Amino acid sequence: MTWSATARGAHQPDNTAFTQQRLPAWQPLLSASITLPLFFCAGLAFIGLGLGLYYSSNGIKELEYDYTGDPGTGNCSVCAAAGQGRAPPPRCSCAWYFSLPEFFQGPVYLYYELTNFYQNNRRYGVSRDDAQLSGLQSALHHPVNDCYPYQYSAAGLPIAPCGAIANSLFNDSFSLWHQRLPGGPYVEVPLDRTGIAWWTDYHVKFRNPPLVNGSLALAFLGTAPPPSWHRPVYELSPDPNNTGFINQDFVVWMRTAALPTFRKLYARIRQGNYSAGLPRGTYRVNITYNYPVRVFGGHKLINFSSISWMGGKNPFLGIAYLVVGSLCILTGFVMLVVYIRYQDQNDDDEDDE
Amino acid sequence: MDCTLVRTLVHRYCAGEEDCVDSRTVYVGHREPPPGAEAYIPHRCPDNRIVSSKYTFWNFIPKNLFEQFRRIANFYFLIIFLVQLIIDTPTSPVTSGLPLFFVITVTAIKQGYEDWLRHKADSAVNQCPVHFVQHGRLVRKQSRKLRVGDIVMVKEDETFPCDLIFLSSSRADGTCHVTTASLDGESSHKTHYAVQDTKGFHTEEDIDSLHATIECERPQPDLYKFVGRINVYSDLNDPVVRPLGSENLLLRGAALKNTEKIFGVAVYTGMETKMALNYQSKSQKRSAVEKSMNVFLIVYLCILISKALINTVMKYVWQSEPFRDEPWYNQKTEAERQRNLLLRAFTDFLAFMVLFNYIIPVSMYVTVEMQKFLGSYFITWDEEMFDEETGEGPLVNTSDLNEELGQVEYVFTDKTGTLTENNMEFKECCVEGHVYVPHAVCNGQVLPAAAAIDMIDTSPGAGGREREELFFRAVCLCHTVQVKDDAEVDGPRKSPDSGKRCAYISSSPDEVALVEGIQRLGFTYLRLKENYMELRNRDNDIERFELLEILSFDSVRRRMSVIVKSATGEIYLFCKGADSSIFPRVVEGKVDQIRSRVERNAVEGLRTLCVAYKRLMQEEYEGIYKLLQAARVALHDRERKLAEAYEQIEKDLILLGATAVEDRLQEKAADTIEALQKAGIKVWVLTGDKMETAAAACYACRLFRRNTQLLEVTTKRLEEQSLHDVLCELSKTVLHRSASLTRDSFSGLSADMQDYGLIIDGAALSLIMKPCEDGSSSHYRELFLDICRNCSAVLCCRMAPLQKAQIVKLIKFSKEHPITLAIGDGANDVSMILEAHVGIGIIGKEGRQAARNSDYAIPKFKHLKKMLLVHGHFYYIRISELVQYFFYKNVCFIFPQFLYQFFCGFSQQTLYDTAYLTLYNISFTSLPILLHSLTEQHVSMDTLKRDPALYRDIAKNALLRWRVFIYWTFLGVFDALVFFFGAYFMFENTTVTSNGQVFGNWTFGTLVFTVMVFTVTLKLALDTHYWTWINHFVIWGSLLFYVIFSLLWGGIIWPFLSYQRMYYVFIRMLSSGPAWLAIVLLVAVSLLPDVLKKVLCRQLWPSATERVQTACLVSRPPLGSHPLASL
Repeated sequence: MTWSATARGAHQPDNTAFTQQRLPAWQPLLSASITLPLFFCAGLAFIGLGLGLYYSSNGIKELEYDYTGDPGTGNCSVCAAAGQGRAPPPRCSCAWYFSLPEFFQGPVYLYYELTNFYQNNRRYGVSRDDAQLSGLQSALHHPVNDCYPYQYSAAGLPIAPCGAIANSLFNDSFSLWHQRLPGGPYVEVPLDRTGIAWWTDYHVKFRNPPLVNGSLALAFLGTAPPPSWHRPVYELSPDPNNTGFINQDFVVWMRTAALPTFRKLYARIRQGNYSAGLPRGTYRVNITYNYPVRVFGGHKLINFSSISWMGGKNPFLGIAYLVVGSLCILTGFVMLVVYIRYQDQNDDDEDDE
Repeated sequence: MDCTLVRTLVHRYCAGEEDCVDSRTVYVGHREPPPGAEAYIPHRCPDNRIVSSKYTFWNFIPKNLFEQFRRIANFYFLIIFLVQLIIDTPTSPVTSGLPLFFVITVTAIKQGYEDWLRHKADSAVNQCPVHFVQHGRLVRKQSRKLRVGDIVMVKEDETFPCDLIFLSSSRADGTCHVTTASLDGESSHKTHYAVQDTKGFHTEEDIDSLHATIECERPQPDLYKFVGRINVYSDLNDPVVRPLGSENLLLRGAALKNTEKIFGVAVYTGMETKMALNYQSKSQKRSAVEKSMNVFLIVYLCILISKALINTVMKYVWQSEPFRDEPWYNQKTEAERQRNLLLRAFTDFLAFMVLFNYIIPVSMYVTVEMQKFLGSYFITWDEEMFDEETGEGPLVNTSDLNEELGQVEYVFTDKTGTLTENNMEFKECCVEGHVYVPHAVCNGQVLPAAAAIDMIDTSPGAGGREREELFFRAVCLCHTVQVKDDAEVDGPRKSPDSGKRCAYISSSPDEVALVEGIQRLGFTYLRLKENYMELRNRDNDIERFELLEILSFDSVRRRMSVIVKSATGEIYLFCKGADSSIFPRVVEGKVDQIRSRVERNAVEGLRTLCVAYKRLMQEEYEGIYKLLQAARVALHDRERKLAEAYEQIEKDLILLGATAVEDRLQEKAADTIEALQKAGIKVWVLTGDKMETAAAACYACRLFRRNTQLLEVTTKRLEEQSLHDVLCELSKTVLHRSASLTRDSFSGLSADMQDYGLIIDGAALSLIMKPCEDGSSSHYRELFLDICRNCSAVLCCRMAPLQKAQIVKLIKFSKEHPITLAIGDGANDVSMILEAHVGIGIIGKEGRQAARNSDYAIPKFKHLKKMLLVHGHFYYIRISELVQYFFYKNVCFIFPQFLYQFFCGFSQQTLYDTAYLTLYNISFTSLPILLHSLTEQHVSMDTLKRDPALYRDIAKNALLRWRVFIYWTFLGVFDALVFFFGAYFMFENTTVTSNGQVFGNWTFGTLVFTVMVFTVTLKLALDTHYWTWINHFVIWGSLLFYVIFSLLWGGIIWPFLSYQRMYYVFIRMLSSGPAWLAIVLLVAVSLLPDVLKKVLCRQLWPSATERVQTACLVSRPPLGSHPLASL
């Protein structure tokens, strides 16, 4: 029931194409005649791409060694056994020998790989203070609560860098030695430890706190290193451009991995005689074995990989492209058959009607 | 009326307040009664303000918030938001708080706007001017300032501003005519009477001197009941007390007719008027789509809970090894270690719920609401539904039911004013075989229709001439038409060539049409004055007939008679009635010729009446008079005795001729009905009209065709057979047909088959609906429904308004639960309009009652075709795509998160960044689907109109069936698997950059997210058949927006943000070749199955719509060759 018969001011509607729902429009139809060529073209393109990717990926060489030190797997097992059950494991070094029968095409990158390590755990992933890492003075002394229990040291000092990620910084180190001739001397292969972190991380996101009297150590005065660390953050490297929060190893570590098995870049081999790759010969990797992984069922691996335009060895993309391309062609054929057979039938239907 | 009564009344009023509660005293003109007569009790009555708005400025925010959170979905999101605030959750409260805030704000703005419109409408009503009498003068004031006791003047054709006691009118006899069309739908004029003692007060001064009080009951909603008294004080005597009844009460909403002006005193105002008390707020109607949406939501809620449960259980199974629960690199706090396991598990469960809660999209509600709200403008904008004549366009009163217009299975339509114009026109009359057509009148000379179609007898002899004039006189006299006053004053005095016609008023429009038609044939009915009927004949002479008796019309006899005495003293009985009731009583006349003419006219849908007469001797008349008088004064069985008397009187008649009146069908009514039937919609006509008329209209509008076999369940038939037998017999007939139909396995086309049409009248229907003691009513009901289901058309006549609603309800709750639509124009259709799933009002002549109570209002019946077949169809496909797509895109969104839990130690780590989580539904994927759901046209409008059968393609909620829903869900799951594992294998144990650097988890999430945004948007692009520039703009624009946003979001270090995890992530991802290749591959793989399904389905099992699409494609000229063709 309504109140009155006051007439609504009815106005003549606007006569525009939009209001009348008559806008000019392109009306495509997913009919077989359009999709068939599309399927064949896409299939061929995918197969072509897939072949390229597959061979490109196959051209990449990888050399991998698990130095976790499970019993009987080489001389690192000694270190592993020594570290078993001891809270800060003792310093220990071991070595891995390998020989390259042929030239290892460069540029060669050295990665370390951890398995079963959940850097993507939520509690772990948030346990950091980006403000502190950007060199903010106030954040340096007052880390965010997310860092707890790695927020303040037992002595009550703020931890810098705070949080579980920083605390668990990977601290094994590697050096590569090359024996050109059997029985000859081992020559150290220069490892380029720069440029392993993202440029933006290294130059923008991570900043040291402002120096006090030209000294980084003074800048960090009043903070404590993370409990698992043996040395304070400003002593990570003697190089002033690679120490503190802008230590490249640290920056690399702080970019948490997506999956529980992950690789991180350790060094690039691109200097001296090795810029083109690793020549034939016997090699030795000296490993300082610090990082405990066996307690959580993890493994650590060392990995030499050459890098192409598409990154490291990854057959997945090529195979996927090949499979999808073939599927396209296959369904294209199926559809062609259907199209030819049922087209006639449809025509007949229409004739009947 | 003596003083004691007054005194007791006075005592009662003074006695206590509880007495005041059930009655009120009104001081006419606010004059206090003379001292001593009555104590002045000030009482508080509301002013005449009408309030239909829900909110005021002050209570809007709290009240609106309260109402919004009563919606279960909003409440759910509020809970999620609160959980996020309380416990340590993976996502920040912003991610669900912001969308919720958005939804609540948009809804609040919409409701606020609607309420503002109501405020405006209210104030328009409240401020319309009313004439008050104050201190002997007329004052114009706003209606809202009216108070109980004010004296009001109302002019002709104005509506009463409140409930008034009728004091006096400009007519000498103190009566006025009122039409209550907008109250109860009766458009006939009713007479109200002024209070005897005040009817002499004709001027403002007089009325101002009136000194009276009125006592009346408290406001009650019953329109036809009023009890009160008026005490009129004069200077000398004791007050005069008069009873007041409903005949003295003029109701708000009724309109004054045929009376120059009246004075009245306000007794009920504002929200206390009977009209306001009758105001029933429309119950919320929910569409079938909304219901399926809610069911799907429950399914998704179950999925959500089971996902959270699975992950919680898995988490604790996985964590049972301590080195996983708490590895050295990720130690817990002391408090966490101490926490109770159950509590921890519950918190984890809640955290998973929060993580996955996006699967039930907040934004779906707001998008659906926006789509409905904006989409409904296409109806109001539609030019084809704009009526030039009346200047009215369609109205949308609710936008909640747009898509229901595409689901209608039953249309219940009113006849008069809906199917027909309610504009009776005298077509022809047939006197003894001569056909007279009024428009063949020249200069008052009747030309016996030169172009008459069926001239049966060409030479009217002298006797024929006499008969012919007798016929015209009969039609002129045998009626109950009143002549409108002003016409009476000057009409007859004017010369005939002035062209001024008398204005006739009658409760039956047929009679008016007849009298008007006869006027055009030369005989004009002038007036009824002092029991003499005056008419002017062809020679411009006035003839006077003394009206002796009126044997009034009733629906059983279906005829009426008058007995008149001519100036020469001859007494005639003229009888007019339906052919079936006249022919048996005729003894003389050219029965066969007239019968054939009548039958021919009836088939053409004209309403025919036969006219007969009898000459009475004075003695005979005296006998009749005695007979009638005896019957009239009888105390028992008066009705029956009268009927018997009529029966005796109306016999041995001489047939004069027949008339035919056309109730003009609405423009294209037949075309519309045909289209609706082709669309698989069953059309029922529900009318209060009588069966013959209604059936005639049904034939005319092709609801019944020539080959339709009519089944009747009418009172007449039920007198012969029991209801049970009738129903059984009919169902046998009908079911036999359908049985043979199944045997023939639908080989025959429906046109060849026997069509059945059912006619049922109100009385029979109430028998069917009446619950019996033994509970067999449901049996009848089922039987009746069975018959109805097999009839192509059903006509229900002689229906009371409530019965119309009953019928609608009966069908609505029958076992298939079909979607019903009711359409009507009068107030008597309001009940069925409110009852049906969709109520449509015709913005007609009989007030706007139906239009206001309807969900949609259209100017003409023919607009229903476009409304259902085009708009309804579009709305349905649009909204169903919207709903399915929303669920799909949120499965795509959330399922990867679920999978990721298996790779992050069930730690509720989010895969996507907070900004992506928040904006995915709000901005990255919202506009394309919104615009798609506003502009999509899978088939062109013209095709839909041309081919009503396409409507069957979407019947029964076809696009939201479980099969379709499951397909979309599985498509979503498949796509999610592709995104996640595609990215997983990409990232597994390798680097994808050419500089050897590695990506982290946010890059992983961003890759999945990018693939997802592209896939989901392109999936919509695949589903779009109608690419306007808007679609191009929005689809490509939102992809571009995503890219630009991501570049910006990762491009700078955002101040005030505690984390910088997205810094350069997107840009670095794009710098990697394999990421590009992966995006292309994964998008292609995700879309492939859908493309395949579409193409194969179109090829192998094309639906009617798809066939039409293909046909259009073939017939359409290629765009390239005619670039201008599309513009």
